[in-house]
Amino acid sequence: MTEALVRIDGVSKSFGSFQAVKNVSLEIEKGEIFSLLGGSGCGKTTLLRMLAGFEAPTQGRIFIDGVDMAAVPPWERPVHMMFQSYALFPHMTVEKNIGYGLKHEAMSHSDRAARVREMLDLVQLTQFATRKPHQISGGQRQRVALARALARQPKLLLLDEPLAALDKKLREHTQFELMSIQERTGVTFIVVTHDQEEAMTLSDRIAVMDQGVVRQVGRPGAVYEFPNSKFVANFLGSINAFEAKVVAIGAQITVDVPALGQTVQARAVGGLSVGQSVTMALRPEKITIHRTPVEGANVLAGEIKDLAYFGKDSLYRVALPSGALVSVHAVNAARASDDERLADWYDKVWLSFDPASVLLLTD
Amino acid sequence: MIARWFHRRGWSDMVIGLPYVWLLIFFLIPFLIVVGMSFATRTSTAPPFGFGGENPLINLTGYARLFTDTLYIRAFVTSLTNAAGAMVLCLLIGYPMALGLTRVDRGWRNILLMLVILPFWTSFLLRVYAWMGLMGSNSWFNKLLTGAWNWVVPQAWDVANVPLMHSNFAVVLVMVYTYLPFMILPLYANLERLDPTLDEAAMDLGSRPFAVFRDVTLPQSIPGIIAGGMLVFIPAAGELVIPTLVGDSSSPMIGRVISDEFSSARDWPMASAVAVALLILMVGPMMVYSRFEARAQARERSE
Repeated sequence: MTEALVRIDGVSKSFGSFQAVKNVSLEIEKGEIFSLLGGSGCGKTTLLRMLAGFEAPTQGRIFIDGVDMAAVPPWERPVHMMFQSYALFPHMTVEKNIGYGLKHEAMSHSDRAARVREMLDLVQLTQFATRKPHQISGGQRQRVALARALARQPKLLLLDEPLAALDKKLREHTQFELMSIQERTGVTFIVVTHDQEEAMTLSDRIAVMDQGVVRQVGRPGAVYEFPNSKFVANFLGSINAFEAKVVAIGAQITVDVPALGQTVQARAVGGLSVGQSVTMALRPEKITIHRTPVEGANVLAGEIKDLAYFGKDSLYRVALPSGALVSVHAVNAARASDDERLADWYDKVWLSFDPASVLLLTD
Repeated sequence: MIARWFHRRGWSDMVIGLPYVWLLIFFLIPFLIVVGMSFATRTSTAPPFGFGGENPLINLTGYARLFTDTLYIRAFVTSLTNAAGAMVLCLLIGYPMALGLTRVDRGWRNILLMLVILPFWTSFLLRVYAWMGLMGSNSWFNKLLTGAWNWVVPQAWDVANVPLMHSNFAVVLVMVYTYLPFMILPLYANLERLDPTLDEAAMDLGSRPFAVFRDVTLPQSIPGIIAGGMLVFIPAAGELVIPTLVGDSSSPMIGRVISDEFSSARDWPMASAVAVALLILMVGPMMVYSRFEARAQARERSE
């Protein structure tokens, strides 16, 4: 196997008595978009700053392209960063900002100018070349920051909340633009974000972080569909989670869920034993709502307690006889007026779900 | 009637207007009197000037002497070079101090800022007298310097004492000491507002710390440098007390000349002409300063 572009080896970082990053080990392959996802204070930004060289690890080592970064100052690292605030130089034009890093490259004046033009073209800002940062919009500033960070052709680009300062519409557009620029330049991206949707759409792989620890690493689909802990399941999307106990292991696993007042069938997974306590978890969109009773193993009867209509889909909160609440997400596939809706407040409904959709979490 | 004046708008107009009224009464009107006086003719009456005689209303003798009498030209040159020297030295000493202040942690920063302002708590005259005591040829400080000099240089160059007092050097030294806080405070206010992530961005893009300073910090601190420079240069150029106490009386500064013309020579029109000329000389740099200030504010608003 070839050496990964970035190897983070048992890295910890403490600020006084506070441990921001705890024994993190990650490998990031060349050419991928890798996201560090987590809430504020989870250590993701500290990890990014250690990669850029602004913070030194208290413990552990970081290798970029096989070189130990411990003694390499920020200005000599083959890494550039796009700051959350963009950190554009206010006294320089767009052109000068983008060309700033090139001053340190041994290249002729005309080559440098050509490179700046190429970058302006890449982010479609050619006509704004002579503007100052305060004379352009937020979205344009974001692109200047990206062009500036890419101008020196880094091996690795670090993006700190790249889309956080943009409004929703622009964010969606920029997401795809970022991906296409990454594809064209082939630069490896490490993105720090607190936005799970952003992480899911952008990334080849995601590392979910919590309190300085990496909880799970994997492809977006794998992390979403097969979370290894309640924390990850909850952080990526929403989930119905109930305490349960394994009662039988056969072709399927049967768990008793006291909150639902019945047993639930789940697809067989290894590593469980009869009598073990687990968390039975089920994503809201994996549940089907029926207006009439249905037969089957995983069927729950209940009453609509609450509903939120979002247009393309609706969220229902169904109260079971036991008092437990189950969230159900349903796409509004058919056009319906208010009185023809799938279900309304206080309607009696039946919920069914596939055993394969049931997650049994031990953490 | 009263209610019509004392509504919200009325109050805000009054608060805004008050400084202007103050300036009108205590600056503009006296200044107009001085301008008027500068065109008058010297007489032996009390007050010692009048209009009429050979040159009714406008007498330009005072202004003519400004350009012909080398005393005034030399005084202006001495004032401007001393003030410029003090300004440059204040900048060289004050800039690192202001930058250092922005880099220490909050608790220390307030203590250090207090120390910068602390000298203002004692009388200005007292502090100048203290410098006179230090620099005087019989002081322990001067003896120490003399001893050090005589120890280092060959015997032929030995001196009885180091001539510090009554020189332009002493004037500049004491002015630097006095006006240093006026350089540090506006510079600090400017540097403190700069975004430290810009430094990181420059470093990230390949700049070593000195290049970061040259490319990012220095250009952004120009408004602070100009503000500090003006606050030192303008009062230093018109300084009276320091050159009188520690300066070389054979090459007086302009403040001293104005004072002498008013009091000992009792030539009020001449003194007024010199004062008007000094003000005109100072208005130039002031306009540069206010233009920069306006531009900086306009930029801040548009961000």
